[in-house]
Amino acid sequence: MLADKDRIFTNVYGFQSPGLAAAQARGDWDNTKKLMEVGQDAIIEEIKASGLRGRGGAGFPTGMKWSFMPKESKDGRPSFLVINADESEPGSCKDREIIRHDPHKLIEGALVAGFAMRARAAYIYIRGEYIREAEALQKAIDEAYDAGLVGKNASGSGYDFDVFMHRGAGAYICGEETAMIESLEGKKGQPRLKPPFPAGAGLYGCPTTVNNVESIAVVPTILRRGASWFASFGRENNKGTKLFQISGHVNKPCVVEEAMSITFEELIEKHCGGIRGGWDNLLAVIPGGSSVPLVPGEQIRSAHMDFDGLKELGSGLGTAGVIVMDKSTDIVRAISRLSYFYKHESCGQCTPCREGTGWMWRVMKRLETGAAEVEEIDMLYNVTKQVEGHTICALGDAAAWPIQGLLKHFRPELERRIAERAGAMAEAAE
Amino acid sequence: MAARKIAADTPELRAQWGGWTFTDENREKADWHIKKYPEGRQKSAVMPLLDLAQRQVGAETQTQGWLPLPVMEYVAAYLDMPIIRVLEVATFYTMYNLEPVGKFHVQVCGTTPCMLRGSDELISACKKRGMKAGHVSDDGLWSFTEVECMGNCATAPMVQINDDNYEDLTAERLDAVLDALAEGKTPKTGTQEPGRHTSEPAGGVTSLPEMVESNHDYRGEW
Repeated sequence: MLADKDRIFTNVYGFQSPGLAAAQARGDWDNTKKLMEVGQDAIIEEIKASGLRGRGGAGFPTGMKWSFMPKESKDGRPSFLVINADESEPGSCKDREIIRHDPHKLIEGALVAGFAMRARAAYIYIRGEYIREAEALQKAIDEAYDAGLVGKNASGSGYDFDVFMHRGAGAYICGEETAMIESLEGKKGQPRLKPPFPAGAGLYGCPTTVNNVESIAVVPTILRRGASWFASFGRENNKGTKLFQISGHVNKPCVVEEAMSITFEELIEKHCGGIRGGWDNLLAVIPGGSSVPLVPGEQIRSAHMDFDGLKELGSGLGTAGVIVMDKSTDIVRAISRLSYFYKHESCGQCTPCREGTGWMWRVMKRLETGAAEVEEIDMLYNVTKQVEGHTICALGDAAAWPIQGLLKHFRPELERRIAERAGAMAEAAE
Repeated sequence: MAARKIAADTPELRAQWGGWTFTDENREKADWHIKKYPEGRQKSAVMPLLDLAQRQVGAETQTQGWLPLPVMEYVAAYLDMPIIRVLEVATFYTMYNLEPVGKFHVQVCGTTPCMLRGSDELISACKKRGMKAGHVSDDGLWSFTEVECMGNCATAPMVQINDDNYEDLTAERLDAVLDALAEGKTPKTGTQEPGRHTSEPAGGVTSLPEMVESNHDYRGEW
């Protein structure tokens, strides 16, 4: 188990004040100027060496992402850092805890990361439903400005850097980086085609990097303790510590920071009081937020909770939002509810997703009660394949994968429901 | 996609909302928002301004507020934007209410993590009290929506009412919250599980025990 001294988010549960003085007493904003003095390229190299991979779901190496940003502006365009706090993936609730309980880690990270990528400002895009969280974050930003930590000559570094908060208004799709940029520009959050990638032309047509809250908030601690410290946790290619969020049918759902690559069993036993009704009662787990395929209970028990470990099981770490389902779960309905979610959140731009998400949901709804033909299972699979990979952004994929996971692992259950209903209908007809 | 339509543009609507403007206080807030964005990019502030406008309408109507067309036209003019661009934004994002809501806008999360922990019960509890989607109760107190994941999954199931979250709910706990609100009281927000602080495991932390009592600095142990 990760030792308490190696946890980055020590106030994750908010037992202590999120305010500046308390955060400084815990070690935040401790000579930030010195962290910056090593220079921009050295910071990027350190983050690369730490093995930090993006914590928003895709797992792209953070240091490498920063290195795509221009080192100097040839045409006078400024660069921007956009921080993705639009946490809306079902099962994910970690950024909320950082924002409301440890906001200064995020703001300090914004300064250091923004400096490293030569940005002039950071926009923190927070989901609209996080109302109290946004108030807490704005309060922390104001404190940082008043103390001279950000703004002109931020933290005495000689570097001018602004931090702004922008509230969303209830659209899951704005968590997609180019949709987020559109939304920041005051438009509907509909994803852009790539290329151009945001590092070339992002916010207001300027070079932009979009990073998740957790990816940014861990940066100051990595720089203080060194890349090798961070890289000492987790398996090769899956380094560091990670906030896991466990929901559903465990005895004690919680958010907890653990070492990457912890096994599922250890995570559940150490922090969640076990599976409700014991391990024999475990049906399936969605290990990385709603967008990744489910894994049957018997396969996940000893799995390593990291990018590669879950990929081997045909799923993914995603945001590490672990949704646990015991045998009392109506698994078809659980996935069908996710299909409704994606139908609701499709932005309507690409036809396969706009039409496909509704179509898939309607079939899923019928499969819940078995009101379908067996052939429709294959047809549904076929449609998920027609949506997947045929849209501008990954929402189409995210809508397809949970259904594919269900079909792969629970096809007999679907067939059973269809047969049962057909039997009942035949009996009624006699 | 969620199908969302604005309220009909009728003479009555014009009579009620024509000539609507920000209060001085909100004009100041609006200008503060606009300053966050580079010069000439004031349109970026359309979202915060619509939120401000909705809140002001709420204060004026003793509800959670909504966006009548003349109000949106005012925001468009304020930002020098065509009205259609404002309408696109207002109809795209679900937090902008396109029709009147109640004094308490009850938003029950029904997505899978909450569903697994019993959100069906919460929805029934709301329905039992006569709440239904797209409808304001006769006393003007309640309106109801089932919403998508609110990001409180480790303290599910949850309900957001106006600006506050109520988490770790059961039908009984939700009833207690709604009763308290109806009586004009301010119930405790956040988790309703006795003894639980926020998203730590119920019954006691499994990590960082020092932090429970004092603002511990772990750097000495590095």
